Amino acid sequence: MSVLVGKNTKLIVQGITGSAGTFHAKQMREYGTNVVGGVTPGKGGLVHEGFPVFDTVADAVKKTGANATVIYVPPPGAADATLEAAQAGIEVIVCITEGIPTLDMIKAKRALSESKSILIGPNCPGVITPGACKIGIMPGYIHKPGKVGVVSRSGTLTYEAAHQLTNLGLGQSTCIGIGGDPVKGIDFVDCLAMFERDPQTEAVLMIGEIGGTSEEEAARFVKSNMKKPVAAFIAGQTAPPGKRMGHAGAIISGGKGTAAEKIAALREANIAIAATPAELGKTIARFVSK
Amino acid sequence: MKIHEYQAKEILKKLGVPVPKGRPAFSPDEAEAAAKELIAETENEFVVVKAQIHAGGRGKGGGVKVVKGATAARETAQKILGMNLVTHQTGPGGKLVKRLLIEQGVDIARELYLGLVVDRGAGRVVVMASSEGGVEIEEVAAKTPEKILKEFVDPVVGLAGYQARNLAYGLGLHGAAAKHATELFLLTYSAFLATDAAMLEINPLVVLTDGRVLALDAKVAFDDNALYRHKDLEALRDLDEEDPAETEAKRYDLSFIKLDGSIGCMVNGAGLAMATMDTIKHFGGEPANFLDVGGSATEERVTAAFKIITADPKVRGIFVNIFGGIMKCDTIASGVIAAVKQVGLKVPLVVRLEGTNVELGKKMLAESGLAVTTANDMADGAQKVVALAAGKAA
Repeated sequence: MSVLVGKNTKLIVQGITGSAGTFHAKQMREYGTNVVGGVTPGKGGLVHEGFPVFDTVADAVKKTGANATVIYVPPPGAADATLEAAQAGIEVIVCITEGIPTLDMIKAKRALSESKSILIGPNCPGVITPGACKIGIMPGYIHKPGKVGVVSRSGTLTYEAAHQLTNLGLGQSTCIGIGGDPVKGIDFVDCLAMFERDPQTEAVLMIGEIGGTSEEEAARFVKSNMKKPVAAFIAGQTAPPGKRMGHAGAIISGGKGTAAEKIAALREANIAIAATPAELGKTIARFVSK
Repeated sequence: MKIHEYQAKEILKKLGVPVPKGRPAFSPDEAEAAAKELIAETENEFVVVKAQIHAGGRGKGGGVKVVKGATAARETAQKILGMNLVTHQTGPGGKLVKRLLIEQGVDIARELYLGLVVDRGAGRVVVMASSEGGVEIEEVAAKTPEKILKEFVDPVVGLAGYQARNLAYGLGLHGAAAKHATELFLLTYSAFLATDAAMLEINPLVVLTDGRVLALDAKVAFDDNALYRHKDLEALRDLDEEDPAETEAKRYDLSFIKLDGSIGCMVNGAGLAMATMDTIKHFGGEPANFLDVGGSATEERVTAAFKIITADPKVRGIFVNIFGGIMKCDTIASGVIAAVKQVGLKVPLVVRLEGTNVELGKKMLAESGLAVTTANDMADGAQKVVALAAGKAA
C-alpha cells in the first residue's frame, strides 16, 4: 500500500507538448508510471513522443480512463487547467506550475471544494510512490520503496530527505511535495491523516518552512490524532522578517510564521526535530524497524 | 512589489475610494507649488508634508509634518528631502527620502484601521477593520485581538454588502459615517481585486468631523505572480527602494536576497537555500545571501549568480550546494567554471553536488584546475566553508 498514487494510477499530462511537459512525460514513463496520454488544446489527435494528445481533459478521460493528471501549463492558464481536470472527474490533480497568481488559486480552491478531486500543489515537485508511480519532476533514482512517508513544502529538501532515507535502507512509502505557495491544495494535516491510515507507512517525516500556520496545525493534529511517530525539519530559521524567501508562501509577516514558533509547536506535540537537514534521515530512523 | 503611498492613493482614487487631495513633489519648488494649489482649492492653510519611502513608522521618524502655508511647506520639504529617515521598518541604516507627498490638512474625528490580506488557512481574502487606527495592527493583534473585526470573502460572491455593514457598525459608526465607510470597504475590496494586490492597508482610515470617511494613508503590495497582467503597475516600481544586487538577480530570474553575513550561498530550490543558510548558522557562520538558482538554470544564469555573490565585498567564502533534480550538476559545474574564468576567485569555494549527473559535474570541477574544496554532504560543506572563511583549514 501507499497513499494517493500507485500501480493503478493512469496519468495524463496537461501541457504535454510544451518543453517541460514533454521532458517529464518521458521521464515519468521511463520510471514506470502509466502515462496514458496528454492534453494540449488545439493539438488533439496528434501523437506526441508516443503519447496520444487530446484537446480537452474530458476527452482524454473518456478515451483513456485516466484518474490522475499532472499540470505543466504556464502560470496564466494553470488554475484553469486544475478546474478543467476537476470538472472531468480526475481524482488526483498534481500542479507543478510555479508563479500562479494568488487570486486565481483562491477561485480554483473554492471551485475544487465542491468536487471530489484532490489537488497537490501548485509550485510543487509532485508525488511519488517509489517503484510504482512517479508524478512530477523529482529524480526517480534517489527513491526506494519503504516505510517512511514524506511530506514537504520544499522540492529539493524532499530530495535531500528521500536520498538520506534510501541510503539508510529505510526507503519511502510515498513522498508528497505539497508546494511553496500560500494558497494551495492539500496541506500537512491531510497528508498526515493519509499516512496514519496507510499500513505500509511506519513513520512520517515532515519538512516545513517559515510562513503561515500549517506546521502548527499539523502539530495539533499529530498530538490528538496520530499514533505513528513523526519527525520534522523547519527551513528558514535564519530568514529575515518581511522578505519572501523564494517561495511565494515563505515569508515571516507581522512577526508571525517564524521557524522558532513552529519548532516550539512541533516539540510540544512530541515530534522529533532534525537540527539540520543533514539529520533528516537519522532523526526518523530510530522510530522505524530495520 | 511595493509602491509608494502617493501611488497607492492615485490608484484608489481612480477606483472611487475617497482620499485627501494631494500632489507628489520631488523638490522644494514642487512642494511649494503643490501646497499653494491645495490651499487655494481647499481654502485651508494647513497642508501635510509626507516623506515617501517604502516603510512604515514615517511619522515617528520625523518624516511627516503638518505645516501652515506654502512657504512653510517649502522649508519643511527642504528639510525632509535628502533626509536619511530611520524607522522601525527601515533598519538602522534608514532610507534616503527622494519623494514627497503634499496633502491637504483635514479635521479628524476618529482614526480607524482597514486591512485586506490573503488568509492562507482559509484560502480567502480577509477584510480586517479595527477601532484602533494609527497603531500597528500586529500590536493590536497581540494585545487586544478582540478589537480586530474580520470578514472572510467568498471569491464567487465578493465582499457582500452585509459584510461591509457588519464592519462599519462593528466599528461603532452610524448615520452618514457608517454609510460612507460601507461604500469605502466595498470599493477598496474591488481595488484589491482589480490590482491583484497581496496586501492593502489603510492606516489610519479617518472619519472627519463632517462625517466623511477618507483613506488618510495607503500601503499596497502587489502579487508578483500577477504582475504580468498589470503592465501599468510595473511602471510604478521605484528602483531606489530595491537592493541593486536583488534587481540584477531578477534580470536573470534568480531569487536573491541580500543578508549581512560573510558566507555566500548558491543553492537550487527555495527550501534547500533556506536550509543551507540555517546549516551555516548552525556551524557558527553567517550567510551573506539567500540565492535560489531555480530548477532549470542555464550556465548563463549560474554564471550571473556567481558574479552577484562575488561582487559583495563582505563575502569571505562561498558555498555551492546543489541537489540536482531537473537541474543537472554538470550545468552548475560549467557555470561556476565559466564565472571564475571571468571574474576570478579571491575567496575559498566549497562545492557540494548531489543528484542528476553528479559524477560528471564533479569530474568537470576536478579537471578545471580551480581551487575547489569538495564536500560529501550539506553539513560537511557548511562546516568546511565556515572554517575556510575564518581563515582556518577545512
